[in-house]
Amino acid sequence: MLDPGAGTHATAVDDDRDDTAPIPRVRDNQPTGERWRTVVRTIGELLVTGGVIVLLFVVYELFVTDLLNGQRQQDLDQQVHAEWSQQQAAPKKAGSEVPGDAFAVLHIPRLGRDYHRVVLEGTGGSVLKDGPGHYTDSALPGQPGNVAIAGHRTTYGSPFRDLDLVQPGDPIIVETADNWFVYRVLGNAATGDFESDPSGIPGREIVSPEDVAVVNPTPNAAAGAPPTGAYLTLTTCHPRFSARQRLIVHAVLDGAAVSKADMPDGPPALTEG
Amino acid sequence: MYSWIWRHLPGGRASKALISLLLLLAVCALLLFVVFPWAEPYLPFNDVTVDG
Repeated sequence: MLDPGAGTHATAVDDDRDDTAPIPRVRDNQPTGERWRTVVRTIGELLVTGGVIVLLFVVYELFVTDLLNGQRQQDLDQQVHAEWSQQQAAPKKAGSEVPGDAFAVLHIPRLGRDYHRVVLEGTGGSVLKDGPGHYTDSALPGQPGNVAIAGHRTTYGSPFRDLDLVQPGDPIIVETADNWFVYRVLGNAATGDFESDPSGIPGREIVSPEDVAVVNPTPNAAAGAPPTGAYLTLTTCHPRFSARQRLIVHAVLDGAAVSKADMPDGPPALTEG
Repeated sequence: MYSWIWRHLPGGRASKALISLLLLLAVCALLLFVVFPWAEPYLPFNDVTVDG
């Protein structure tokens, strides 16, 4: 705020300064009251600026990272499909996944008819900014064992924001270079109960961040035990905007791989729901 | 602070306004592309994996 006395003749009777000359602007020899006013105003301005920066950070996290990721996912999607169509001629290179490489495309019809995300190899921070990441030592799609995939619940496109909406029996489809793999969320599809799957593995659970058993070859079994089936596990943070716990969804392979040569547009499960 | 900056910008009101706008955009760009990406890993809600 401007000092009401500045630049005008001090004619007011209650002005405690006795000179009648125009009061100079901020100078070295300003009265103590004036100097305090400057100090307090500067502190106020700094506090307001800090608040605005924090708000801007929230906007960045909630909107800008989504924009960046949306663009990145679009590029990755085109790139991976172009790569796959070329690969059909060339022999497939196995076990040569490098962190950050496009790994598969994940389709979850429950999260939207057109929901698809390019999954990348690895679960490092920079990989997860681009899309869901495949736990490096976990199984490959269709293989016995556990295909474990982590993804953001908030920020960077929030691929797993609504993972809590997935119901038992829901298809989760993994698309690779040559095949479609249909996994189904464990639990009782008729009652919607996640806990009552014959395998004993819940379709959905909330665990502590240290609970690494959920991504074992057989979820929640010993790490060294041979896998009892072909599973898929998705992990994300829980509750939203927190890292206190992890939301886990387990699914099991339903039927054999569907060749892309037979069904270029995907299995019927893709349009379910 | 802001009045001090305003008084030290060169030119008339239009020039000061233009330079202020450019300064504001530069600060926003610095925050969005340098400071925020740097600060982000220190926040908790990006931990989505299970690990020991």
